[in-house]
Amino acid sequence: MATTARRPARRTLDRLWRHALLLAMTAFAVFPILFVVSAALNPLGTLSSSQLLPAQAGPDNFERLLTGTGYPRWYINSLLLAVCNAAATVLLSALAAYAFSRFRFAGRRAGLYGLLIIQMFPQFLAIVAIYLMFSAVTDLRPEIGFDTHWGLLLVYLGGALSINTWLMKGFFDTVPAELDEAARVDGASHAQLFFRILLPLVAPVLAIVGLLVFISTVNEFIMASVFLRDGDSKTVALGLYAMVADQRDANFGMFAAGTLLLAAPVLAVFWYLQRHIAEGLTSGAVKG
Amino acid sequence: MATEKTPPPLPGGGLAPRGSLAGHLVKAVLLALSAGVAAWAAWPLYETRNWAGLGLVAAVTGVVWWVYLSKRRVPAKYLLPGVLLLIAFQVVPVVYTVAASATNHGDGHRGTKEEAIARIEASSVTRTADGREFTLTIAAEGGSPSGELVFLLTDEDGAVYAGDAEGLTPLPGARTGPTGRVLGADGYTPLTAAQANGRGAEVAELAVPAGDGAGIRAQGLSAAYEGRAARAYDAGCDCITDSATGAVYTADDEHGVFATEDGERLSQGWRVGVGADNYARLAADPGIASAFFSILGWNTVFAAGTTLGVFVLGLAVALALHTPDRLRGGTLYRLLLVLPYAMPAFAMMLLWRDMFNADFGLVNRLLGTDVDWLGGAGTARAVALTVNIWLGFPYMFLICTGALQAIPRELVQAARLDGAGAWQAFRQVTLPLLMVAVAPVLIATFAFNFNNFNAIWLTTKGGPFPSDSPTAGYTDLLITYTYRLAFGGQGAEYGYAAAVSVLIFLIVTLISFTGLRKSASLEEVNR
Repeated sequence: MATTARRPARRTLDRLWRHALLLAMTAFAVFPILFVVSAALNPLGTLSSSQLLPAQAGPDNFERLLTGTGYPRWYINSLLLAVCNAAATVLLSALAAYAFSRFRFAGRRAGLYGLLIIQMFPQFLAIVAIYLMFSAVTDLRPEIGFDTHWGLLLVYLGGALSINTWLMKGFFDTVPAELDEAARVDGASHAQLFFRILLPLVAPVLAIVGLLVFISTVNEFIMASVFLRDGDSKTVALGLYAMVADQRDANFGMFAAGTLLLAAPVLAVFWYLQRHIAEGLTSGAVKG
Repeated sequence: MATEKTPPPLPGGGLAPRGSLAGHLVKAVLLALSAGVAAWAAWPLYETRNWAGLGLVAAVTGVVWWVYLSKRRVPAKYLLPGVLLLIAFQVVPVVYTVAASATNHGDGHRGTKEEAIARIEASSVTRTADGREFTLTIAAEGGSPSGELVFLLTDEDGAVYAGDAEGLTPLPGARTGPTGRVLGADGYTPLTAAQANGRGAEVAELAVPAGDGAGIRAQGLSAAYEGRAARAYDAGCDCITDSATGAVYTADDEHGVFATEDGERLSQGWRVGVGADNYARLAADPGIASAFFSILGWNTVFAAGTTLGVFVLGLAVALALHTPDRLRGGTLYRLLLVLPYAMPAFAMMLLWRDMFNADFGLVNRLLGTDVDWLGGAGTARAVALTVNIWLGFPYMFLICTGALQAIPRELVQAARLDGAGAWQAFRQVTLPLLMVAVAPVLIATFAFNFNNFNAIWLTTKGGPFPSDSPTAGYTDLLITYTYRLAFGGQGAEYGYAAAVSVLIFLIVTLISFTGLRKSASLEEVNR
């Protein structure tokens, strides 16, 4: 029939627009990164000598960065903070999203709107308040005060219930309530329902939120600069920023090298989580 | 009926009625842990006799136990941990900021009137013949040499005190050397001579109140003396008299300053409520008011443009990759497209700025042009938007990918079978379902970018600036503009900055709320 004859042509057309769009967007996405790679590999290591494609390449910038600065230490600090924050935020916001998605209780609407509104406040102008608060905490319990990662983590976790909760709630809502009812009939408690049925089903969104939090923690700059004044507790963002604030042109190669090294674990995490994201567990559950 | 058809890999097998033993054990351990944390937090509060703090710890712990020991209150069990953190580290700071917006809080107006008096007296200290002398060790509070400056003072009997702008506190456990210099003390980091020299100005400024109009000041870096204050407070007239010049500074409780009759003010004031003065200033100052609306306009364009840009690009890419059968090179595209998001944002903003540099920037060199990108209003705004969209679209791509996967393919397939075209199926089936999950994210993206300080500060710094208005640049957002006004000039003005923050907050809330009301997610909330 006519449709069968048209199908291959339509498929080709379909492929064509997909590839054209993806190629154009990939070029846009990648070209500034080529510049960074080039600058990191350029042994001259200055801003004015940088090009899109390096004329010569060498690991000099990486060597100077890893041996001559506190970079390895900052790097470990950043990764630890980001992993802890991502794990805790995913747990906290999933718990809250479950409550908002599955239960009807007084203050539910107000709570959902409250979450959206409270985070619209310009966070960094509330820094004075947070600073004063942690000045008091530092006096009482220096273990979680300034120059500790615990204190910073607590402040980050203050924002755990935010847009992440909304995002997760949206996904929780797409898991059919029949699954809950079936499990309830089987005698499951609400905690079992949450941990053993719902969480595995929404694994894709957990992975996405975890990744987002991981990335934003690695990038976070303002709060960290208030909290971590000590050289040993600094994160990569603070260390690198200080590096170009001091001598922008001369340190440019090291700065680019540090940027690349910082991007590497994020990519690794993304690569690892990609599988979970792609599995599409939720749509599988609807079939069952 | 559905459960019988459940395929084996579906999770949730082996459910125990009324909860498992392991579950109960975990609950017991966590409750014990919360009691432990409470005790840990309570101890220093008890030691410092901070009854209000103790009450708070007790109340929070009480709520935690009350919620988790109950058989009911199920939603609260899931909300409590996040909500407690939210209140402590988001809500309280915001409430504090709102409160601060009605004060003159800032440099010179930090503490109470008593503290201001103590500081004024101490900083006017001149040496007297009978004053005590101390061996001075300059130290920093906490574990880092950059902490707040403290004088560690050893008197003639060998007793050690820690002195800061608030006063003297005995420091029994300090280790001292043969000259009386403090070698180490818990909670303080003695500075090396070089470090102390580097903070010489702070050392010269610091005056430790010692009570009764006396104060302790440093003489060099290793000695300190106690002297009498030239300026003394008299509670009878509520004024400060300078015994050297004879000037009388009367307290002005409305503005939190001491001032003479002809308006000369002492630099050290105290914090008072000023009501709506900070807001009035915003409306009354003609420079601020005229700049405000043009910045608000661009600010809205920037936030809306970024949101729209990242959404359209992110969704387009997600759709292009969302095929029933695998797209050739799909994995590679995915990896490359998410690269901008994996790069550290703050570093990439600085790098983009260098790429658009007029003299040796990569963009001009590649295009063979000679455009002063950051020097023109239009191009600078385009650059700011481009950079921000570049940074943000992979995030929306991830969100849309996730949301698309949560939409059952059967729905789209059914629509196609019913005769809908691809575009129609997308518009009428996919997009509405997608918006349920994505609309709140879009609103948050808008709100985030409305106040995206870094995006502007690290790329254009708000510039270029029109010749007649050096404080309000063409790419300034309200928040960068506020920052420059409040912190950039003659010192911190937290009260004023807080007022502008509150105003920005109200604007964003208003705009976002209108957007939310129109979005489909409202029905979700009402469900």
